[in-house]
Amino acid sequence: MQLNPYIPITMKLVKNLVETEDKLINTFTLEFLNQQDEENFKYMPGQFAELSAYGHGEAPFGIATSPTEPGILKFSVAKVGCVSNALHLMEEGTMVGVRGPMGNYYPLEKFKGKNVVIIGGGFAFTTLRSLAKYMLDDKHRGDYGDITVIYGARNPGLLLYKEELAEWENNPNINLITTIDRPAEGWTKHVGFIPSITEQIAPSSVDTYAVVCGPPAMIKFTLPVLEKLNFTPESIYTSLEMRMKCGLGICGRCNIGTEYVCKDGPVFSMAQLKELPNEY
Amino acid sequence: MKISKEKFGQAFDALVAEYQIIAPVSDANGIAFKGVKSFSEVKQDYLNSKLPPKAFFFPQHEKLMSYKKEGKEVTVKSELKVENTVLFGIRPCDAKGMQLLDMVFKNDQYTDPYYFERRDKSVIIGVACNKIAPTCFCSSFGLSPAGSEGSDIFLIDLGDSYDVEVITEKGKALAARFEALSELSADEQALVDKIKDAVTLSKVDVSTTTSKLDKMFNNPYWDTLQEKCIGCNVCSFSCPTCHCFDISEEVRKNEGTRVRTWDACMAPLFTLHGSGHNPRDNKKARWRQRMMHKFNYFVHNNGSMSCVGCGRCIKGCPVNMDIRQVIDGANKAELVVE
Repeated sequence: MQLNPYIPITMKLVKNLVETEDKLINTFTLEFLNQQDEENFKYMPGQFAELSAYGHGEAPFGIATSPTEPGILKFSVAKVGCVSNALHLMEEGTMVGVRGPMGNYYPLEKFKGKNVVIIGGGFAFTTLRSLAKYMLDDKHRGDYGDITVIYGARNPGLLLYKEELAEWENNPNINLITTIDRPAEGWTKHVGFIPSITEQIAPSSVDTYAVVCGPPAMIKFTLPVLEKLNFTPESIYTSLEMRMKCGLGICGRCNIGTEYVCKDGPVFSMAQLKELPNEY
Repeated sequence: MKISKEKFGQAFDALVAEYQIIAPVSDANGIAFKGVKSFSEVKQDYLNSKLPPKAFFFPQHEKLMSYKKEGKEVTVKSELKVENTVLFGIRPCDAKGMQLLDMVFKNDQYTDPYYFERRDKSVIIGVACNKIAPTCFCSSFGLSPAGSEGSDIFLIDLGDSYDVEVITEKGKALAARFEALSELSADEQALVDKIKDAVTLSKVDVSTTTSKLDKMFNNPYWDTLQEKCIGCNVCSFSCPTCHCFDISEEVRKNEGTRVRTWDACMAPLFTLHGSGHNPRDNKKARWRQRMMHKFNYFVHNNGSMSCVGCGRCIKGCPVNMDIRQVIDGANKAELVVE
């Protein structure tokens, strides 16, 4: 982190890729301009950054790349507001601002020697992609047991990172299960909502951590399934979203009870969330 | 020790060459803290300012950085010029309020450079309250109208002179400018003692409030409490411990400025997500947040309540919400199973 945490570093938008068929989600690839900036930006899967579209503002987004992918950062962003619209329309080669990395990250130390089940829905797959990519790295793969990814979207065109998913299909180091909500032409994999597919796959909870990210309804119905599979609240992690400005735990808007999601989160265990007021 | 107001005024005027001096003055809206050039401009007889002096460390509108876009390129500039500043006439509640803000602008991970650059370059001369308003309730929080906590130098107004107490090292350096300190007479000492013993007439019992609130997130108490609130935010803007802010851009052609401005948890858009979801989409949730933050969350995070009993929110509220009654109501609320 820099001395003044409010001042972004400048990065170059090298790729502005339409990620989903509804054209609402783009993946931005940003390149560090110099080594110093990159060295100062040491991050872990689960952390986020504030992206500046100069002239429009800044907003927080989860980092979709893994620290094992040097030189760049990727963000997959839905077009919903002023900043995200500006980013979607931005020409490649344009300079953007980046503040971060911010927040905590998935407890990869705890995951060591354990199996990890990653469950993601819709476009909440960004930091989960970072997590899977990190664990799959040659240097890290040996640290973890089985890696299972259950990932679903409304239809095939809304899945993120399709090329990578295709690669993972054939990768013996990872067990990928993809699903869509309703049958679609040409789709040969699972059909059904994440909770029921999770129940069907029934990953063992023995020596296993689960990481669940997705729309609130998906999380709401997936948690009881995990409970039934004997996952404890301490072994289930999720990442929360909140409206943020400073990202430093100062501006006062992203708290849930005593915790600021920007600085104490965004990653929480279910055990932690049970202690907090239900206001998110 | 004391100093005559005449001598103090001379020392004060001599500081003008080196310091920006902020002091209470009378203006169209009542009492305000403003820059002064001479001790003669300073309002001597005042209860407290309408707005808290926090703005000198945490301005209502502040430039964080500026930038210029040229084609695809951008240049970012940030500069922060801060003058050495003396804040004179700060009341004990507000001086304590600044200590509470210090805990916000420096947390376990980050230090806010804009706030602390100003804070570090300032000296606070507190002045005890000889008069106490009916809305004052600082004694509720273990503070007092003559409390020196948060001041670098602390004065008690004795009419023609000030009783002088040096509180911090920073204060010591400045107090070296006050020549001709003399001993208090017995009568003056008696007056000092009397002022030091004073407590606010109004006091609310906060001894059990934090632990009570631990069990009150889902309490029906919040349902009706906020009904008359019109969400105007005057309570937050006039609060010496409220610190919430917004960050936004001010853009003209290819040049822009990133600014931060006061914001408040009572504003409906404060927590609105890009998706349209809003975790605090109703006044009940926002009032609960305001009270929980000051009397529960802040205590758990920082070991102190985030209220100093200045009473500005009570005076300013257009619908007569009274934070003392809200605390009292919480103290007395019946607990339900959560």
